[in-house]
Amino acid sequence: MSTQNTFLTEEMRQQVIGLEGEPVTTEIEKGAIIKFAEAIGDENPSFNDEAAARKGQYRGLVAPPTFLRSVRTSRPEFPFEVPFNNNLDGGSDWEYMEPVRPGDRITAVSRIENMIERAGRMGTMIIQTTVTTYTNQFGQVVATQTSTGIRY
Amino acid sequence: MADQVYWDDVAEEMEIPPMVKHPTTQQLVKYAGASGDYYQIHYDTEFAKGNNLPGVILHGALKNAFLGQYMTDWMGPLGNLKRLACQYRGMDMPGHPITAKGTVIRKYEKDGQHLVDCNIWLENDEGQRTTPGEATVALPRRNG
Repeated sequence: MSTQNTFLTEEMRQQVIGLEGEPVTTEIEKGAIIKFAEAIGDENPSFNDEAAARKGQYRGLVAPPTFLRSVRTSRPEFPFEVPFNNNLDGGSDWEYMEPVRPGDRITAVSRIENMIERAGRMGTMIIQTTVTTYTNQFGQVVATQTSTGIRY
Repeated sequence: MADQVYWDDVAEEMEIPPMVKHPTTQQLVKYAGASGDYYQIHYDTEFAKGNNLPGVILHGALKNAFLGQYMTDWMGPLGNLKRLACQYRGMDMPGHPITAKGTVIRKYEKDGQHLVDCNIWLENDEGQRTTPGEATVALPRRNG
């Protein structure tokens, strides 16, 4: 971004912005949804009780909002080494369009949206924004997740 | 889950009832298994200390899940979560209760939907907001 960058040049940024990982498809198992809801301590019957969920607005079990974290994604391959070994998850911004149900086949594609360098408390940090798009077997985008990763 | 909140009854600046979670080391292990995030700082104390952490810490994504539960609980069975965002600003440790809180900041109609934007956050037992965020939900009308 600026001439003060010690690692990331504008040319490197342009090499990575827009890079996409390989699409990865995961079949959504009912047991995985129930296990996820149990792990986060969410007892909402929409996520763990098929009979109760049938009476709800989706007429069946659906996944909790952040369940898609458990779906495999493939990271875009970098054309250069990033010499920072520590990683931090900076945050996440989800948009939801359609429910995720047991039996769905969800295809995840991750795309690098931005990369910048910052000088922080922990020294030089590389902040990467990645947008993952989750699409179901009907071609509907069910959700997008914009995540911020920090390397230092 | 019996309670349904209606768009008609929501007002800007209204507080959303808090939700308290009690994360334990066991929950971190369960979350690691359920999510597939096996980064050792969440279950291996020695590893965490070797990474300059005071001990094992909560997964950011688990805190994200707590905020998801906070919104899906509040919006009720007829609500729809449209957006859920949060930033991980501070670490949280198992063994310490963590409270989800929130305020309605905007109530509006868009494309035939009745929407509510909320400021939401997780607060630790010292009152620090470790995980601020935002959410948008669509709510039913009373005579919808």
